[in-house]
Amino acid sequence: MSAGPHRFVSTDRRVREDRRFVAGKGRFVADIDLPHTKHVALVTCPYPAARIISIDKRRALAMPGVHYLLDGRELAAATLPLMAGLDTPNVPRRPLAVDTARYSGEWVAAVVADTRALAEDAAEEIDIRYEALPFVLDAEKAIEPGAVLVHAAHGSNVLLDRTFVWGEVENDFAASPRRLSLRVKWGRSSTVPIETFGVVANWDAWRDVLDVYASIQMPKYPDQIAMALQLPASAVRVHYDVDVGGSYGVKRGIKHSVLVSYLTRRLGFPVRLVEDRLENMRGGDAHGPERLFDVDVAFDNNGIVRSMKMRALENVGAYAGRSPFQLGKPIGAIVGPYKIKSVQYRAIAAVTNKTTQDAVRGFGQAPTNLALERAMDEVANTLGLDPLELRRRNMIRREEFPYTIPSGTTYDSGDYHTVVDKVLAHTSYDEIKTERDRLRAEGKLAGIGIAACLEPSGGNASFEPLLNPKNTTTTWMDSCRIDVDLSAAITATMHTSSAGQGHETLVATVIGEVVGRDPDSIRVVRANSLNSLPSNSPVGSRMAIMLGGAAFHAAHKLKAKLMAIGAHDLGIPLERTVYEQGNVHDRAAPEKRCTWEELVAIAHRNFHRLPEGFEPGLAVAHVYQVPTGGTLPTADGRVQMYPCFSFEFHLILLSIDPDLGAPRIVRYRLGHDCGTVINPKIVRGMTMGGIAHGIGAALYEEFAYNEDGQLIAQTFMDYLLPSSHEVPVVEIVHHETPSPHTVLGQKGSGESGYLGAPAAVANAINDAIRPLGISINALPLNVSKLGDLIADARARRGI
Amino acid sequence: MLLGANSMRIKLTVNGDEYALEIEPRTTLLDCLRDHLGLKGAHAGCEHGVCGACTVLFDGVAVRSCLIFAPQAEGTPITTIEGITPGPGELSPLQDAFCETHGMQCGYCTPAMILVAHALLADNPNPTRDDIVEAISGNLCRCTGYAQIVEAIALAADRIRGTNRPPEVRK
Repeated sequence: MSAGPHRFVSTDRRVREDRRFVAGKGRFVADIDLPHTKHVALVTCPYPAARIISIDKRRALAMPGVHYLLDGRELAAATLPLMAGLDTPNVPRRPLAVDTARYSGEWVAAVVADTRALAEDAAEEIDIRYEALPFVLDAEKAIEPGAVLVHAAHGSNVLLDRTFVWGEVENDFAASPRRLSLRVKWGRSSTVPIETFGVVANWDAWRDVLDVYASIQMPKYPDQIAMALQLPASAVRVHYDVDVGGSYGVKRGIKHSVLVSYLTRRLGFPVRLVEDRLENMRGGDAHGPERLFDVDVAFDNNGIVRSMKMRALENVGAYAGRSPFQLGKPIGAIVGPYKIKSVQYRAIAAVTNKTTQDAVRGFGQAPTNLALERAMDEVANTLGLDPLELRRRNMIRREEFPYTIPSGTTYDSGDYHTVVDKVLAHTSYDEIKTERDRLRAEGKLAGIGIAACLEPSGGNASFEPLLNPKNTTTTWMDSCRIDVDLSAAITATMHTSSAGQGHETLVATVIGEVVGRDPDSIRVVRANSLNSLPSNSPVGSRMAIMLGGAAFHAAHKLKAKLMAIGAHDLGIPLERTVYEQGNVHDRAAPEKRCTWEELVAIAHRNFHRLPEGFEPGLAVAHVYQVPTGGTLPTADGRVQMYPCFSFEFHLILLSIDPDLGAPRIVRYRLGHDCGTVINPKIVRGMTMGGIAHGIGAALYEEFAYNEDGQLIAQTFMDYLLPSSHEVPVVEIVHHETPSPHTVLGQKGSGESGYLGAPAAVANAINDAIRPLGISINALPLNVSKLGDLIADARARRGI
Repeated sequence: MLLGANSMRIKLTVNGDEYALEIEPRTTLLDCLRDHLGLKGAHAGCEHGVCGACTVLFDGVAVRSCLIFAPQAEGTPITTIEGITPGPGELSPLQDAFCETHGMQCGYCTPAMILVAHALLADNPNPTRDDIVEAISGNLCRCTGYAQIVEAIALAADRIRGTNRPPEVRK
């Protein structure tokens, strides 16, 4: 990776946030001790569906140190339902169940006590009588006529059922000599950060302000708290200087936040809820997609895929939340890196009696990529073509960008063939095939897995108006403010919290690059929601593009101010000024110059030396709208989803112990192109972490339920996160195709690795077991499932 | 903070300092360190002994402070991340190596990873990659995929060997 034209951008700089973390001096939500804080524990429903008959609070309330017991009726009478994405008014979601609970683990009551331990003790003393109700867990069963209704008032379990047709699908199918159908299942998993969600709220009745400290990664979080509590948002002050202990999309504890916000207003002291692991896994509403795909592809004898029909059925759990939108975001890359001419896409979101979902890394893109990449492999297999060759034949070529896909999104730039070539230049394909065949000769099952995927980045929210016509949002901004003080030091302000993405480093690097000052000398602080500029949140792989873009433009405004001051002070036309590392000189007479310190001093102290009409001081701000954003979808459902498209090409070799069914990744190569890399350490870390997360989703992780509707993977002993033993060494090959839409050519990388690793692993496993005449398309491909499948196949073959 | 009738007095030695405390016997060492001693560098991740985010050194051995009651720690020197930090704003070779490779993202599992690495390097100043992978395998990190953590520990080992000095651990 070369530094190219940049002084700081793309150079191998340290990440400034790291210093506090290595000393244990991060400031996580559980580290915040407000005086007189009381603690919440939750009482949860033990049934997948139940009517709440009575709640007897007497014994719990009689315990010393117990202050309050809140039930759903009281909370519902005082607050509005949480904001939903779709227009589904009869599927209200509230922090505590009101009369009916709809999944095992749903919160029914909240206890407030002096300590968390006391609150848990008291929770055990609350006597709740239930009437168990019939339930439905499977999305396919939930959408059948006559199914048990999760929300009777809604009249069905379908929240969304929309079919899009982009292009001449039927004609293309009719004209294609070959077709293939495939069913692929993405198992219910999530991001599962090591820090659970937590929130502390304190109502200050003398200032009429609600202070909120939370482990949050969520757009419009203060607004959503205010809406539920029926307060003006100016009465909600969310502090963005709380370090978030991992999120990857899912830290959206709006129900937790409304709950403790109500309690602190009701009780007059700070109230804290930090989930324990069980609460997090079961009732934290932090599950991710569980999606069933039926894919039909039409192709010719050369392997050119002409058309695709995809039906995606999402099991969103008991309440709508934002998760149905995760069916919408993949529309912006529905054909992946391929030139598929027409697509029919049917998106169905069904409610069931499982835990509610929220946003997960990629916002639905990783499951869609899995379905598409499995289909591409099966096309190759059907034709007897090499899967790599098949992809080369179908991939968009460099000269075809900008490239508009059938669903109306234009990909900004890319050079997919070169990325593939670069990966294979490191390790030749033949060499990997030889190694696979050697493993096979040793008696192992061995397979090669390929996945070529896109990472839509920049995060506009075009899926909102696309799937909910009442929502006309086309604005999706982020902001940065820069102040230069009297001492000539720079302070930049950002306006969201972060969960490990290194945003302080990003802001300092970009501003340092533009104004020519050492990034290490630039302080970066975080506003709270009452003194912040309009911003969203680090979602949709957007911050390098959006926060980087805002910082870039703010820095240019600062630079322009300094040049104007310098020109005026030197008595020269603006065009003759040269700006160099904060100093301004006369192009015609380089000895005529104003230093950085002089320019700052003029701005702060010498109004008489400022150009006429100039604001004193040096304060600039920029609110940056997402590139290519700003238009509503067309009537036929075409939309520019995100502005930028990163590319990743996975090539792995995997072996399976045929007796145990245990897969092991032997080699892992990744080609990655996210445009200009602002900080190489951060991008590599994101990518490696994404691959590890993707390996988890492919092989180990599942929120499994038993037939009684109980979540049976609710601790780290049952829900298996990859450890250092499960993550192989990965060789990452970089390529940089700058985006024409962004200030430095950067694209997103927050979801990289994760978007293709599951598909690559699934393809490798299928390549490994294909000689046994079997295939598997339901994630996670765990040891027990694989072991049984392989044992059955071997028994049938008498091996 | 309200204490049950059965609170008890204990003495702990943490980072070389003696503390006399009155706590409920059921208080975990993790909660005691965080809530009673204000040492916030140990983090709660799962509170059932799997994730390792609460790791501290128990007489030099990496243990999970969520699985130990505070009274059980009486008489055993405890070291937390605060105890291996040389001074305000100063980093140990291991801490500096984690910064050099960016062996973290969100920082939540990081103090525990560094303590585990300290214990490893105290026993084995010249670890192989497999040794490092094994040593951190009981500590979950969701952000990094571990690569830059492994590199940090290898780099620290290399640098510490270069100075011919064992990692400093205050007990």
